[in-house]
Amino acid sequence: MQEMANVYFDGKHYQVPSDLTIMTAMEYAGYQLVRGCGCRHGFCGACGAIYRIKGENKPHFALACQTKVEEGMYVATLPFFPLAHRDYDMEEIKPTEQVMMEIFPEIFACVGCNSCTKSCSRGLNVMQYIAYAKRGDYAKCAETSFDCVACGICSARCPANISHTLVGLLARRLTGKYILPPAGHTAQRAADIAEGKFDAAMTKLMAKSKEEMKELYDNRDFEK
Amino acid sequence: MKPKQMTKPSPFTPHMLESIRKVEATRGVRLQNEPRRLSADEKRVLLDEFHPDYGDKGFSKIEIGPNAGEKAPKELTALLHSKSRISGLDLDLNKIDFDTDVLIIGGGGAGASAAIEAKQAGSDVLIVTKLRMGDSNSMMAEGGIQASDKDNDSPMQHYLDAMGGGHYYNKPELLKHLVMQGAEAIRWLESLGVMFDKHQDGTMMTFPGGGLSRKRLHACADYTGAEITRVLKDEVSNLGIKIVDYTAAVELILDKDGNAAGAVLMNMLTGEYLIARAKTVIIATGGAGRMHYHGFPTTNHYGATADGLVMAYRAGCNLLYQDTIQYHPTGTAYPVQLFGALVTEKVRAVGAMLINVEGEAFVHPLETRDVAASAIIRECHSHKLGVDIPGGAGVWLDTPMIEIIHGEGKIASALPGMLRMFMNYGIDMRQTPVLVYPTFHYQNGGVEIEASGNTSRIHNLFIAGEAAGGIHGRNRLLGNSMLDVIVFGRLAGQSAAKAAKTAKIGSLTLNHVKEYESQIAAAKLDTGDISPILLPKYTRDVNFGKFQ
Ligand SMILES: Cc1cc2nc3c(=O)[nH]c(=O)nc-3n(C[C@H](O)[C@H](O)[C@H](O)COP(=O)(O)OP(=O)(O)OC[C@H]3O[C@@H](n4cnc5c(N)ncnc54)[C@H](O)[C@@H]3O)c2cc1C
Ligand code: FES
Repeated sequence: MQEMANVYFDGKHYQVPSDLTIMTAMEYAGYQLVRGCGCRHGFCGACGAIYRIKGENKPHFALACQTKVEEGMYVATLPFFPLAHRDYDMEEIKPTEQVMMEIFPEIFACVGCNSCTKSCSRGLNVMQYIAYAKRGDYAKCAETSFDCVACGICSARCPANISHTLVGLLARRLTGKYILPPAGHTAQRAADIAEGKFDAAMTKLMAKSKEEMKELYDNRDFEK
Repeated sequence: MKPKQMTKPSPFTPHMLESIRKVEATRGVRLQNEPRRLSADEKRVLLDEFHPDYGDKGFSKIEIGPNAGEKAPKELTALLHSKSRISGLDLDLNKIDFDTDVLIIGGGGAGASAAIEAKQAGSDVLIVTKLRMGDSNSMMAEGGIQASDKDNDSPMQHYLDAMGGGHYYNKPELLKHLVMQGAEAIRWLESLGVMFDKHQDGTMMTFPGGGLSRKRLHACADYTGAEITRVLKDEVSNLGIKIVDYTAAVELILDKDGNAAGAVLMNMLTGEYLIARAKTVIIATGGAGRMHYHGFPTTNHYGATADGLVMAYRAGCNLLYQDTIQYHPTGTAYPVQLFGALVTEKVRAVGAMLINVEGEAFVHPLETRDVAASAIIRECHSHKLGVDIPGGAGVWLDTPMIEIIHGEGKIASALPGMLRMFMNYGIDMRQTPVLVYPTFHYQNGGVEIEASGNTSRIHNLFIAGEAAGGIHGRNRLLGNSMLDVIVFGRLAGQSAAKAAKTAKIGSLTLNHVKEYESQIAAAKLDTGDISPILLPKYTRDVNFGKFQ
């Protein structure tokens, strides 16, 4: 006999095989998911879920596609949370201390309650990356927020109305564009190609017969 | 990163634990001995016998349309032989809900890249996407993106690798464009703020990969696709491009001259049909993993159901290499909750070997994907040297080798996503190997495109990303898809914006849908289903108990 678990979706009771994830358990229960399901493998953040185990007080925060059901689980899903996107022009902004203040001033209203960190479905130190952003340390903010999947649960819990994931995203874009040293060799290669420096060699290669091409391929050297 | 739950009981069965001990026992010797690469002949024999593409099982013949007489996975053939969702509906094409220059169908990497370029070329752009913007295969790419930007590498070397990898079926003009635009694509992404892994002086870290003769794979830890896609998505928002989420295209609309002129859309949440009129249309709907060809599990996102192929085919476009599918050698085989989920190729690129139940390395870890996948299938089903898992078999991917080769901490820094995924189920891949089996990963073919991302059969229709066919021949190399998404996404955006400047839309029609349906009827093919299916059905039949 398959082991079953008692779970509650939106407060309603279902019995489901206990080796299912929250997501597949909902499908077992009869839900045809449209919202709250994207990649099904823990990357997209579409499936944020909040649950409480019967008899316990503490809520838990998870991705429905990555979390096994548990006996007595009461689940609510958060397929969407209205984050406050701000438009900015990456060519115009620079990684100055003021730029966060201008674009996401609400981070300075952070009360340090740590609800964001406690609710992170990925176990990230969210409050810390917001602190880095406030301090203008965008490289640290980028690193600390890098694994964020933007499920939005932290923002749903935040008393200061911060859109954490967007703050992390801005810090990462600033880091990628301005703070990490530029890859000179990449720009150089792109310029060389644009100038036509590889055209002749490419034309020559493309003119080869299939047999010649095979010969080249089968005998090519490998970088160690 | 700190994985959340560190202390869980070992989930392995006694049979698995016994096999793990054998893997451990041979590790020292294996670290000193790289497995031999197969000869061209050995590869051919292996593929012929064990790759699902090479047999007839699971395929059927397409009976109507431009590819009539050719084979396709039977699930795809069924889509092509099914009725339209709007069959028999009397939709008013004069009631236009959206009017735009460029309509982009699909909100993954290709759609976003196209949107940015089209907008910057001065077009009014509309993106419609089935789930949320960014929910896509692009978000999931882990391993990386290729570009030949190092001194020991060149576009020619990249071309050669991809041409051989694709079994010489790649369309030369398309492949040339891909490799010649590689460095430019990475430069563009860097300028948008994508955080590539770099050395302190800014030099890109580049990694090896299956079938690559140079270390050419650029990465953002093992979140490469997520990092690229979230930046592109943010840029699309910053540019003020209109995005309509949870809205699928269900048929293309043509005008009286037979040119693409929009699409019938469906609100996924309410079922309401909407009409979008556009001067040019870009299909960027991605892959087909959720069709589970040949019964394989998949790495793909929930919306990968070949919609773009179906819509374009009905409108008269031809498919190319629709019979070739990429099975990723290392899908997760265990635990069941992760079944089919990708273990990125980077795991092998940084040193992990493929090992059978007896602890033997049976294939070079960096053979091309089709070869490695076939070798695993052979090891499990012909050699009977797989590890038993509930409902099947798998082989080990010896991940602890990575930490021995590169030092402690390498997995946490280079593969944080993988570490977290397994740790969730009590498997510490730094200490124990993980179990893998091939999984449906990528649709190698698609709607055939020409040099500017256009289709040869319908004017003002462009295809970009995984929905397009021709660039990769009959087998794509890792890291060439994310590159194609950027390069051909941008190209489609530029071409569509240019075409939109002179396009004149005639009166709209859905006659092609009716005509196609009469062909289905004439050939007595009707499957009784409708297509595109938009989403797979995993819901249990609550009245009769069926659940997969
Ligand atoms: C797990 C995984 C890992 C991968 N790793 C790598 C890697 O390391 N390197 C690499 O090069 N490639 C990798 N790939 C392949 C690569 O990610 C994809 O081929 C690529 O992202 C496809 O991009 P796309 O924009 O064409 O399609 P997608 O990114 O899938 O986007 C398609 C979009 O279209 C939408 N859509 C679909 N149908 C409709 C419709 N009818 N109407 C409206 N919208 C629709 C979808 O919802 C989605 O938003 C990986 C793929 C997967 C699944
Ligand atoms: S569905 Fe994408 S994270 Fe769960």
